[in-house]
Formats: sequence, C-alpha cells, structure tokens
Amino acid sequence: MNNKDIQIHFDHRQAAHCENGVTSNLLRFYNIHLSEAMVFGIGSGLFFAYMPFIKLNNLPVISFRPWPGMIFNRINRRLGISIQRYKFKDPRESMEALDKNLEKSIPTGCLVGIYHLTYFPKAYRFHFNGHNIVVMGRENGEYLISDPIMEDIEKLSYNDLMRVRFAKGTYPPKGRMYFITEIPSSYDLKKAIVLGIRQTSQDMLRIPIPLFGVKGIRYLARRMRKWPKTLGPKKACLYLGQIIRMLEEIGTGGAGFRFIYAAFLREAAKELNQLWLNDISKEMTEDGDRWREFAIIAGRIFKDRCGLDESYSAAADVLMDTASREEHIFQKLSKITLD
Amino acid sequence: MKKHEVPQDNEGLREGKAWDLCYVVDENGDYVTVPSCGWAPKNAALLQAWDVIHEKVEEARQQVLQGKLSPIAYYMEKNIMDVKLLASYIGLPKWKVRRHLKFPGFTKLDEIVLRRYSEIFSIPVEALTNFRERPEKK
Repeated sequence: MNNKDIQIHFDHRQAAHCENGVTSNLLRFYNIHLSEAMVFGIGSGLFFAYMPFIKLNNLPVISFRPWPGMIFNRINRRLGISIQRYKFKDPRESMEALDKNLEKSIPTGCLVGIYHLTYFPKAYRFHFNGHNIVVMGRENGEYLISDPIMEDIEKLSYNDLMRVRFAKGTYPPKGRMYFITEIPSSYDLKKAIVLGIRQTSQDMLRIPIPLFGVKGIRYLARRMRKWPKTLGPKKACLYLGQIIRMLEEIGTGGAGFRFIYAAFLREAAKELNQLWLNDISKEMTEDGDRWREFAIIAGRIFKDRCGLDESYSAAADVLMDTASREEHIFQKLSKITLD
Repeated sequence: MKKHEVPQDNEGLREGKAWDLCYVVDENGDYVTVPSCGWAPKNAALLQAWDVIHEKVEEARQQVLQGKLSPIAYYMEKNIMDVKLLASYIGLPKWKVRRHLKFPGFTKLDEIVLRRYSEIFSIPVEALTNFRERPEKK
C-alpha cells in the first residue's frame, strides 16, 4: 500500500440514514444540492417488507427500505448521473481499486458490515451488512471515513476497512464500492420527483406478493396477533423487539422513515408547486405518529417482561390502522402528474 | 412528531456519539431535524437483544468449563455468530466447524487453524488454548 496522504475536500454532513446521507453528500461534492429528504423521496426509499423465512440473527427480516444501493441507483438514473459500481472477490484487489480512486480524488462510497466497524458504539454493533460510508481520503496510513450516522469524520486502518468491506453473513458486501463518474449539464428535478413518488406508490400498493407494501403491514399484523400462541411469550417478545429495532434504530429519522418521507412531500409541494402535497405530508406525519404509538405499546410489552397477550392485539390494531392510512395516502399519491 | 416532543432518553448506549437525527415538525409546520440521544422503547428493544446474547454467552461459558463445548463455541456466541456465519468467516464447511465446537475436534486443531479462529474473534491464540473467561458484567 502507498502511504501518501490524500485529502479530498469533501463536505461531511450528518444525516438520519446512511444511504441517503452518502448519496446527498456525494451529490453535493459534484455541486448538486439536494437535501436528505429529497434524495430519499426521489430514490423511492420508503418501503415495507416482512419476510419471515429470511432470518437475520435468528429473527425474521423486516425492512422499511429497499435493498441497500437502490436509493443511490434510482436517484442517479432519474437525474441522468453516470455512476460506476464494483464488487470484488479478492479483498486486497478491492483496496487497491479504492486507493486508485482516492488518488484520482474521487470520494468513493462503500457498502460495509457494522459488526467490526471500530468507531461505532459497541451496543449497536450487530452483524448487519447494509451500511454505507464514503471513503474521503487517507491520513497517516489511515482512511478518512465520512459516515453519515456520525457527527465527525472517522478513521479506519487498512485492515479494519478491508474487514468491514468483506463482512460475511446475510447479504455480504463483497467489497462493493460505487462512485459518480459523470454529471449531466442539466437535469429535470420535477420529473425525477414525480417518478420517485410514483414508484413508491407502486411499491406500497401493487406488488402482487402479500409480503410487501401495505399488504405486508397487514400480513405482519395478522401474524402478530397469534405470536404469543405460536411462538410463546419469550420468542414473541424478541420478534417484536426486532421490529422496533428496524423501525427506529438504524437511522430512520423516526417511525421507519415515515417522517423523512413527510418532509420530502413538503419539499416536493414547493418544488412542483402542487400544494395538495402539503396535506398529504400532514397525513404522513400522522401516520408516523401512529407507528410511534405502536413502538410505545411494544415498549410496554418489553417492560412487563413480555406477558399480556392482549397487548399484541393492541399493537396489531395500530399496524392495521397504519396500513389503511398508507393505502389511502399512496392511492392519492399514485395519481401525481407534472402539472 | 413535534419539535418539543423529541425524546432524549439517554441510557449510555451510544458512548456519547451517533445521535439519531429525528425529522420533526416545527411551529410553522416545516420539517426540521433535531438530534435525539435515545428513546425508551428503542433502548428497551436493544437491551433486550443484548440480554439474550449475554444469556447465551454465559450458557456457553458454563458448558466450556464442564468440558461439553470448546472455547470456540464460547467465542462464537460472544461474537453473536452461528455455525453458518463462523464457517463463512473461516472458510470451512459447516460440518468441520461443528466438530471444532466440541473438545475432541478442538484438541486436534493445528496452530494455523487456531490462529485463524483467534483472528476472527480478535483475541490472542492463548485465549483459546488456555480458557479463563469470567462471567460477563451486565
């Protein structure tokens, strides 16, 4: 490895969520100024999936966002930005490719696992492989990391960075890295916003598999009612804990991204000059508040040492309500046009 | 959520960093971001997940002391791994890793494989060969 220091003038800003933050920060480096919420909305980052047959740390996978990398891909497609992505078999080769990028002063996004991320608070380090960071330089043989979850710029050694880029487990990152190669002279933000909203409406309403979108929320609610019986009190409590962690934990801006999406709708209303979106934004905020009520009920269940079968029903009722609200919201949003 | 409702339930889980940015509505109905140092239901969910891990680690420790499992089994639990994950880190088939979790398979391990395990667990090799773990503090 070459030990020369490399400084790229990269403006690190904290964000609620890693992929939005990475995307927004990378775009700003190339003089495209979009807020985190805007990136999230155009990239159609809102989603819901409940996949009880895929397990993460022995618990069913529940997700409030699409696969890692999707937001970045979509926003670049919609704005006509060219990007390149790589994945690797050989860890050393992946670090060489990263070094070459840095020498050309290209800030480079990397997909990493959290478990071995040395600067992360210990209590948050699980085997989760969907985290995004930007490598923005090298100093005294250490890599400078812009991690949107962190306030400040962090550092990782060569070995530590290689290790997190080749984390193993569910959806291993395989050294995946991505960066912007070309920026168009002009882009159509309005059209991109409309496309983003339409896609999210599609994802939430029309995927013909009952595990995704609004149907997925209802499916989860129906299963949840039976959890105390089918799983027993202890496991039911763990399953519920997993949902709360996914809903609130990994930088969702609160309520499983519902609040970020509401912020996006408000910005979109201004940008498109379509004031009805402000009302939808309010509805989305109320929906987010319902998700938080769900979390509060769950919190009570944890406190009661996981007894109380009827609490699961109460929690499921709230979920059913959010499903109806979101169905209503996205039915209206699916009709959006440019004028 | 309103600006003044942002929860600040700090239970020391974040080591003073990685605050959550919450998207909240201000007095004018606009969205702003406010950092939060934690929220009780989230903290409870996280602590609950750790309780389960600590229980499993302690159980594994007891079994190592009783000679039922090898130190590798203990460190596997301690690193929140299962056989599948550990096998993919070490690059061996699962059935081989399973053998290493018991003493008969463990004692046959050569220096090279032991070193590889110790690197994965970020511990010295002696921690495997000379097991002296104490119960975890909560």
